[in-house]
Amino acid sequence: MALINPKKREVQVKIVYYGPGRGGKTTNLEYINRKFKKRILSEMVTVKTYGDRTLFFDFLPFDMGEIKGHSIKIQLYTVPGQVKYNATRRLVLRGVDGVVFVADSMDLRREMNIRSLQNLKENLESFNKNILNVPIVMQYNKRDLSEEGIPILPIETMQKDLNHQLKAPYFPASAVSGENVTATMKKIIALTVSSLRKKLE
Amino acid sequence: MDFTIDFTKEQIEAIENVLEEELIELGVQSVILMDLAGNVIVNLDSGDTSHDVFSLAALAAGNYGAVSAMANIIGEQEFSLLFHKGEEESIHFSKVVDDLLLLTIFNKNVSLGFLRLKVAEAVKRIQLLV
Repeated sequence: MALINPKKREVQVKIVYYGPGRGGKTTNLEYINRKFKKRILSEMVTVKTYGDRTLFFDFLPFDMGEIKGHSIKIQLYTVPGQVKYNATRRLVLRGVDGVVFVADSMDLRREMNIRSLQNLKENLESFNKNILNVPIVMQYNKRDLSEEGIPILPIETMQKDLNHQLKAPYFPASAVSGENVTATMKKIIALTVSSLRKKLE
Repeated sequence: MDFTIDFTKEQIEAIENVLEEELIELGVQSVILMDLAGNVIVNLDSGDTSHDVFSLAALAAGNYGAVSAMANIIGEQEFSLLFHKGEEESIHFSKVVDDLLLLTIFNKNVSLGFLRLKVAEAVKRIQLLV
């Protein structure tokens, strides 16, 4: 649940990029950081391991303007995708308002996507949250790989695997080139903020 | 468990008063009351710092979580107090209630012992307000 400060008329919204390891979550944030540099007042924080994998999380805060007289502070987080870091993933999910699930389109990663989504569902349950009630956007990342002849999953297959029940908005994307990265972010912000609107009235 | 406490304007003002009286007047650089999701609830400073409090809070929440997991491994429920010492500036963390942390950033002019006393005092007073 977002934190509302009635004195400063400020709302802090936490959006978490979730998904399997090496799926492109950090790349999403890096792209956003570059593209919106002017609106982002502080440096992107990242806690990485040797070998450049996300160990703890990445964190990118920015201001989104005003809604109903409240200034909205969006805070984007990523989680470490590797299976063994579940304790950290759960920590980052604490107090989440919206989720972007970054799935890897590579043929080889089909199983990993499904397992990661299941893991998200379980971790949300540990905070008494039902995945069906949390604003969520699906991003099918790495669509650009098909141009290099690497086999990728058809969107229909990914929809069936991951979005059959959720029926969340989805975007084919390429975090490396930035394709649909902004669209994904705008969508999750819109969904999350509209779920807050009622509370601000 | 996942809850964020809703604060009223009056509560926030009362908390600000406590932090001002107990800690800012003591000479600390900056004080942040935050929840474990990494949200900043109240932030006061001495006027001559410009720390990025939102990033600090995000990292502090993660840090606190990691240290709590360490506590569990050695059979402790949690470590309710943490302290990171720097050359010039140091950070002191103290748990207020289940979901709230108080972060104090101070320099060499403030003695750790006195700070701990004042933090304990502030925590007690805030507990009555939330």
